[in-house]
Amino acid sequence: MTEHENGVTEHETPLVEAPADTVAGEVVLRLTDVVKTFPGVRALDGVQLEVRAGEVHCLLGQNGAGKSTLIKVLAGVHRPDSGTVQWLGNPVAFANPQAAMRAGIATIYQELDLVNDLSVAENAFLGHEPRRFGFVRRGHMAGRTRQILGRLGHAEIPPGRMVRSLPAAGKQVVSMARALSHEARLIIMDEPSAVLAHDEVGNLFRIIRELTAQGIAVIYISHRLEEIREIGDRVTVLKDGRTTAANLPARDTPTRDLVSRMTGRTIEYVFPDRPADTADGDELLQVDGLTRAGEFADVSLAVRAGEIVGIAGLVGSGRSELLETIYGARRAEAGSVRMAGRALRPGSVGAAVRAGMGMAPEERKSQALLLGEPIYRNVTLATFSRYARFGFTDVGRERAEADRVAESLEMRPRDVRRAVRTLSGGNQQKVVVGRWLLGDTKLLLLDEPTRGVDVGARAELYQVIRQLAAQGVGVLLVSSEVPEVLGLADRVLVMREGRVVRTAAAGELDENTVLDLVMAGSLMEGAPA
Amino acid sequence: MSESPPTTTQLPAQSPPVDPAETTEAAEHGAPAASGARLSWWHGDGGEGAKRNLALIGVLLALFAIGAATRSDLYANPDWVWANMLSILKLASVVGVVTVGMTFVIIGGGIDLSVGAIVALAGVWCTTVATQSFGAGGMIFTAIIVGVAVGLVNGVLIAYGRLVPFIATLAMLVAARGLAAEISQKQTQISENSVINGIASNSLLGIPLLVYILAAVVAGGWVLLNRTTFGRRTVAVGGNPEAARLAGIDVKRHTLLLYALSGLCCGIAAIMLTAQATSAQAAMANLYELDAIAAVIIGGTLLSGGRGTIVGSLLGVIIFATITNLFAINGLSTEAQNMVKGGIIVAAVLIQQVQFGTLSQFFRRNRLTTS
Repeated sequence: MTEHENGVTEHETPLVEAPADTVAGEVVLRLTDVVKTFPGVRALDGVQLEVRAGEVHCLLGQNGAGKSTLIKVLAGVHRPDSGTVQWLGNPVAFANPQAAMRAGIATIYQELDLVNDLSVAENAFLGHEPRRFGFVRRGHMAGRTRQILGRLGHAEIPPGRMVRSLPAAGKQVVSMARALSHEARLIIMDEPSAVLAHDEVGNLFRIIRELTAQGIAVIYISHRLEEIREIGDRVTVLKDGRTTAANLPARDTPTRDLVSRMTGRTIEYVFPDRPADTADGDELLQVDGLTRAGEFADVSLAVRAGEIVGIAGLVGSGRSELLETIYGARRAEAGSVRMAGRALRPGSVGAAVRAGMGMAPEERKSQALLLGEPIYRNVTLATFSRYARFGFTDVGRERAEADRVAESLEMRPRDVRRAVRTLSGGNQQKVVVGRWLLGDTKLLLLDEPTRGVDVGARAELYQVIRQLAAQGVGVLLVSSEVPEVLGLADRVLVMREGRVVRTAAAGELDENTVLDLVMAGSLMEGAPA
Repeated sequence: MSESPPTTTQLPAQSPPVDPAETTEAAEHGAPAASGARLSWWHGDGGEGAKRNLALIGVLLALFAIGAATRSDLYANPDWVWANMLSILKLASVVGVVTVGMTFVIIGGGIDLSVGAIVALAGVWCTTVATQSFGAGGMIFTAIIVGVAVGLVNGVLIAYGRLVPFIATLAMLVAARGLAAEISQKQTQISENSVINGIASNSLLGIPLLVYILAAVVAGGWVLLNRTTFGRRTVAVGGNPEAARLAGIDVKRHTLLLYALSGLCCGIAAIMLTAQATSAQAAMANLYELDAIAAVIIGGTLLSGGRGTIVGSLLGVIIFATITNLFAINGLSTEAQNMVKGGIIVAAVLIQQVQFGTLSQFFRRNRLTTS
């Protein structure tokens, strides 16, 4: 695939309705022409959705397509401006989330809303604890929780256990137990797999199958097409607040079709063409024997100017810790980091930045952004001092520079005075990466640059990364997605349990080889996500 | 669930009168394009708190109206009204200077409970017989050095010793007052210096010097916060310390400087308060920390850091001074006054939270992901 195909084939996509004889259950939920506007934004602009009992109905769409708003309409957080929501055959308008819950619609948000310091049972029955004379019937509650957990195939979780002590997957089970404690007939799951490690997803799917076998309908939202293929029955695609395709069969619809309805484009992963020669740049980063006990040991690597080096590895393989240590955010216990031949002071981000490093950390919101601040102040967070005169900031210059970055990255919205909070994930990531387009960054460290970023914005980010490399910037990239590492990097390091187990040119490796290396004899599968 | 439970307790009906999420979303998406000017209040730089501050000015006007209604005899005289306004500002000046430093510390994600104690220590130290022998310059120099030094100690403990700001400055509160009592031998030290004392008693163009000092400190603070890299770092460090650190900002050094700045303001305030009383003692500036923190909160600065305005804090201080004045001119007790002040703090914060949807944000933090 070449970059020329990227983003130009705009479809005028008519609403496609496939005959849905495959699903037998009665229709529990039907949305017709639902519209929801916020000042200045038409978040939902005519949504059709039909969900049957016992099916897994997948909702696909890019960030900003209106999925979140749609969920909130169903969960009773928002009321639609127009259009009808039919629940169990009757038109409904939920006054608040409790009303939706009572009607049998439960929502499991991406960031689980559990109380960490309450027990599993208390969380499951939060707000509607079985009571007698005003006292909570703890034994009864524990019994019912045990029963529900049994239904979910997780009888091993003790109802009295504090939620804090559960891993992410366990917390998700508790969220589902809460849904069942409300006798939910429809459970909405917003990217449930995002918080799970690879092997836990299978367990999630098993639970979903148990639920649907009991006639419960599930609305499943995910960015990962392969998951939708595996668990989904039917797919509804949203784009710009509108349903562009309804009730497509989840297994048989070609990927190309799904992606094109979602993006107006016809390609899934778009990697820009690989330039022919990359091996002749000057040595930029030299890492020797870097070690931090319990995280990684004796890692050596080098990045040349203009080269993209990818690190493949599971969560817990030490890859993020390695990146942060190179950047000085963690102090190495042994080993050295050199930039252009000069050793960097260990444990000093300032020294790394001055030497020309920049990093886009793994957790955008908690590690990289000032959410309430405008875009331009986030873009210039690492450089505002350089534009300042005698300690006085030059806001005009900052905005101009940020404008330039927004322009080159095709950031939306383009107005750099908007708060970063209002941007979609992909655009927030552009802000973080864009920060290092300013100043004279020589080496960019990218930790999961496309996590939570939709397909369209992904392609754009890949493009940006390649362009930077073409301009002589070295890139060190960490990603859980093997195709991403292989497609983008010139050279690949595979990490397992804190050690580099293989270094090779990207062309010499394929996805299966890398996966085998990453997983081989791995004890990390039980590692907390 | 196959079997129906014996007792099913319904959820308590807790539907909020207005859907809070809507207000929040509306705020986040910005005002409609029609009102372009208002847009800048949401998205503009520096204008963030403009609307909040207008509300505070509204409160001040209301207090003025109450004064005019309860003592219409006094308010009928414009000269008295002018003089009374100046006395309110004079009353606000010392705490006002402390509050500017406190605003920086709180926007930077910290808190400084030791400000009252630092004022007392600096006041006592600059009025010892030895210090007074160096004249007014020596006294001012001493007060400021003491303030900055104590602030630096706070800052080192918090930034490099990793103490929680609350604990470090609470310890300093106790220790600094102890040292002040030790130095003064628990005596009141009279300031014999007419230049120092003149700071409180003299006026320029009919306006007390103390008010000029307040104005200068507030103006300086405003410029520092809104126009300099120091201010930008303060917002970054308070808003998201990890992001600031990973962007190459030296968070520890900046934290240290914030407490030093607070100490500097305390040193200035010590001179002003010493001049007002023409003396200093270990118990002076009692509970200033609470007045300052309350004013900062009323002024709309987030206690968790990352957002706040100097003007809001100033208005907070003036509102408190106006209430004190209101009670004084009506001959009411300080006890009643303190109760009202407590109520005002709660009311001010509640109003702001309802107005800006932060209350709903607090409850829905986990659910609000803008698509």
